[in-house]
This record gives sequence, structure tokens and C-alpha cells, in this order.
Amino acid sequence: MRRVAIIGVGDTEFGELWDQSFRDMGIQAGLAAVADANISSEQIDALYVGNMSAGRFIEQEHIGALIADYTGLARDHIPATRIEAAGASGGLALRQGFMAVASGLHDIVVVGGAEKMTDVSDVESSVIQSSAADQEWETILGATFPALHALIARRHMHEFGTTREQMADVAVKNHKHGSLNPKAQFQREITRETVLGSPLVSSPLRVFDCAPSSDGAAAVVLCPLDMAKKFTEIPIEIIGSGQASDTLSLHDRKDVCSMAATKAAAKRAFEMANITTKDVDVAEVHDNFTISEILAIEDLGFFKKGEGGKATEAGLTGLQGEIAVNTSGGLKARGDPIGATGLAQAVEIVAQLRGKADKRQVKDASVGLAHNVGGTGGTAVVHLFRRA
Amino acid sequence: MATAPRYWRENPSRYNMVGIKCNSCGRHFFPPRAICPVCHRKSVGKIEITKLKGEGKIFSFTEVQEGLEELSLQRPYIVALVELTEGARVTGQIIDCEACDLTIGTPVRATLRKLSEEGPSGVIHYGYKFVPIKEKAP
Ligand SMILES: [Zn+2]
Repeated sequence: MRRVAIIGVGDTEFGELWDQSFRDMGIQAGLAAVADANISSEQIDALYVGNMSAGRFIEQEHIGALIADYTGLARDHIPATRIEAAGASGGLALRQGFMAVASGLHDIVVVGGAEKMTDVSDVESSVIQSSAADQEWETILGATFPALHALIARRHMHEFGTTREQMADVAVKNHKHGSLNPKAQFQREITRETVLGSPLVSSPLRVFDCAPSSDGAAAVVLCPLDMAKKFTEIPIEIIGSGQASDTLSLHDRKDVCSMAATKAAAKRAFEMANITTKDVDVAEVHDNFTISEILAIEDLGFFKKGEGGKATEAGLTGLQGEIAVNTSGGLKARGDPIGATGLAQAVEIVAQLRGKADKRQVKDASVGLAHNVGGTGGTAVVHLFRRA
Repeated sequence: MATAPRYWRENPSRYNMVGIKCNSCGRHFFPPRAICPVCHRKSVGKIEITKLKGEGKIFSFTEVQEGLEELSLQRPYIVALVELTEGARVTGQIIDCEACDLTIGTPVRATLRKLSEEGPSGVIHYGYKFVPIKEKAP
């Protein structure tokens, strides 16, 4: 297996980008990544695109060819592949690109992710997001996507004494980080009271516990590590990649307070990288709901099971904390254009490891982690990165 | 959302809580599966179709304020993970009660109710929901 590096990154702002189409965003992120990598488009060997549901959000399928075409690659006839795993589509696309380069099949690979969510109504958007769950045995029976996470939240509160305030603190922290990120959807700080006073969505979760619907795209350029110095002074190596699956339905999991897929994916990534959780300086985790970040920081091994809420409350996951979590603002504040999210996480980690994260820079960050989840944990993918 | 045939196909399970028992390990699963996820190949030929009693306890619950469109008539409504006495867990609505009356552990029993109506055609879909039961003397 060859060692693989990220040599370029690019992204759009995240938010309700009413003046930008799906392809506009894809082009913007892709071209930015190509420019950052100092490559010309003829050098690209393959394209992977993470996207959950363009078919339902904008009634467009065949996203691989679309993005290849509109980024000017159609004449080169490069392989262009779309990857879908609900919320983990972007992270899985990154893994596909990583495997393609590691295997020796391709040298220069562009991996992008995009989602255009705000062309449909909020109601329609939530219906589409719920399609990540089991339609026959969860959704039809009334379990919306927020409801499923509310079931996790109430159980976590019951088993470990996690408090409503601790969950609010996840949102407060991530909005604080978002306020330092010029590309974040929300750049305004909030308080516990903002969260606890926001309307209930599905008890105990409220509006400010949920990541927003967003438009956006993000992309990275990969190549073999031994070629990387030709293109960039600071290549960021992907030192570990792990993917795992679990039952589609939440009710079929023995333990709903933990995502076994996250644990398995993390174990595989850490084994490949031959490092431990303690070596990680900065992490982007899948906080589609506040409770999700609490589960993630436990399942990834940063804190003991049941201690995630307390750790958050104690500030251990802030920029100056033990482990800086979601410095971009996370899905909560940076935004969650589903297929783009896994790539946006990689873009943030690269910025941190290059020392280019400005006001949200984690001091001396050298190892980063990205954690992307599909559904309620039916898919999880973890990547580890190091400044080469 | 789902069309009529998609509901009918699953009717035995939706109406009567038909699941399976794996006679290799003794575990129950709902809805039916062709193979036991614990025993894998050892369960081949040992899967028995079984009607579950439909009784269990609330494992977790939530009151949904913003439901899906087809269920909006009954907003807010309560959704729970129910742990059946046979050991399998299912997702379902809890009715004939208020969320404030429920706790994790509240005993419930399945009952056949209207789940949703299908658009302008007015086809009504039925399936299980759960009602709280008074705790019996042990
Ligand atoms: Zn079995």
C-alpha cells in the first residue's frame, strides 16, 4: 500500500446559498482545491463525489458525470464515481479516493462532496433526511431523524446522568468556534439559554440541538506521499482510514448510547496509523445533534463512556481544551450540507495541521481526526491525518 | 412516502407483530429476517416464524413536535423504543397517554391502530401502536 497525502483543499461557504446551484458549488470547491494543489486539470486521474440525495433535493442523479463535466474534465473521460452513505457520504468518498491512491491504481485523485438542501421546503428536507433511517420500521411508525436522536439522548441521560445543560454546552461551544470561521453558516455566539429556550423539536431535543439544513461543497486533492512535495510545502498525510457498518435501525442495537460502528471504524483507523487517541490534537466529529457529539467523543476514546457530557461542560473539548473538537463549528454551526460534510471535516483538519486556521488555530496541532456518521450509526468512517 | 402495496407486503408483521425466533440461539427478532445476525449460517433452517406477544417496557421515548407530514394530524405524538418481553426491541408510537405520565420502564402493550392516510386516495394504513398498561402484581 502506498502512503497518501492531501495536497490541496477547497470549499464554499455553507448556508442557504440561494444564488448558487449544486453545480456552481461543486465547481467552486473543486477548482479551489485544484488551485490549492498547484495541479492542472489534465493531471487528474479520477474523481469521487460524496452526495446523499441530489435525486430528491434537486431531482438530479448521475452526480459523478455532472461534476466531472462542469469542472471541465469530461473531455479527459476520467472515471467519476458518486458515493452514498447518508450523512457519511463525504467521508466514504474520501476513503474511496484514499484507497484508489494507496492501491496504486490512480496517482492524482480529486474527492468532492456537495449537497443542495434548501431548494426544497424545511418539511421536505426533513423527510429526505429521515430516509437515512429504516423507512419500513422506524420512519413509517413516526420516528423522524431528530426523534431517533432524542431517543438516544433520553437514554444517555437515564444511564449516565447526562444533563440537558451539558448537551446545550455542545451547541454553545460549536457556535463559539463557528464565530471564528468565516465560512460557517452560523457565526454568532449563543448561550445555554438560547438552546434551552428554543422550541422543542422532539423532547428532550430543541431547535438549537440540531444541525441546520445547508447548501455547500468541499473538496480535497490526493496523491501519493512521495509525489506530494512537488505540489505543496506541507503535505498532510492520511495515516489511518477506518470504515464500519451497523444495524440500520436504532432499535436493533444492543446499546443505543454508543455507536458501535464509530468504535470499530476508529479502532481500524488507529491500528492503521499505529497511534492512539492521546496523539490526536484536533478532531472534527459528527455533531448532527448535540447528543451525537457526546457519543462521538466517548466512542472515539477521548473520554470514558458516560463522561462526554461532563467533559464538554468542563470545557475540555474547546480550543484550549484537552482535545479541540469541531474547531470549524462542526455540523451544528459550520453547517451540514450532508454529502459535503465529510470533506469539510478534512478541509478543516488540513487547515489546522498546516497552521492556517487563523483565530481558531489549535497550537502546535500535528495530528487530526475526522469522524463522519450515516443515519443513527449504520455507517461510520474515521480518518487520521498528520502533517508530513 | 410508502405506497399501498409497500404496506400490504409487511401486513402480517404490522398487524400481528409477527417476528422470528432463531432456534439456534433462542433469540427473537422483529421484523422477520431470513438469517440470525448472531448465528449466521448456523441459523439456516432454524428460523421459526413467531407471533410476538406485543408486551414490553419503554426503553426510551420522545414527544415529537414536528412530525412527518402524513402524521401531522396527531401532532405532537410520542415515539418510543419498546423492549418486548421476548427480548427484541421495536420502534412504535405510544398512545392514550401524556408524555409526562411515561418513564423509561413503563409497561406497554401493542394495539392495532391507524398509522397514516395516504394522500388524496385516502387509503388508510394500520399497524401497531402501544398503550401503557397498569402494572400487575408480581
Ligand atoms: Zn441465532
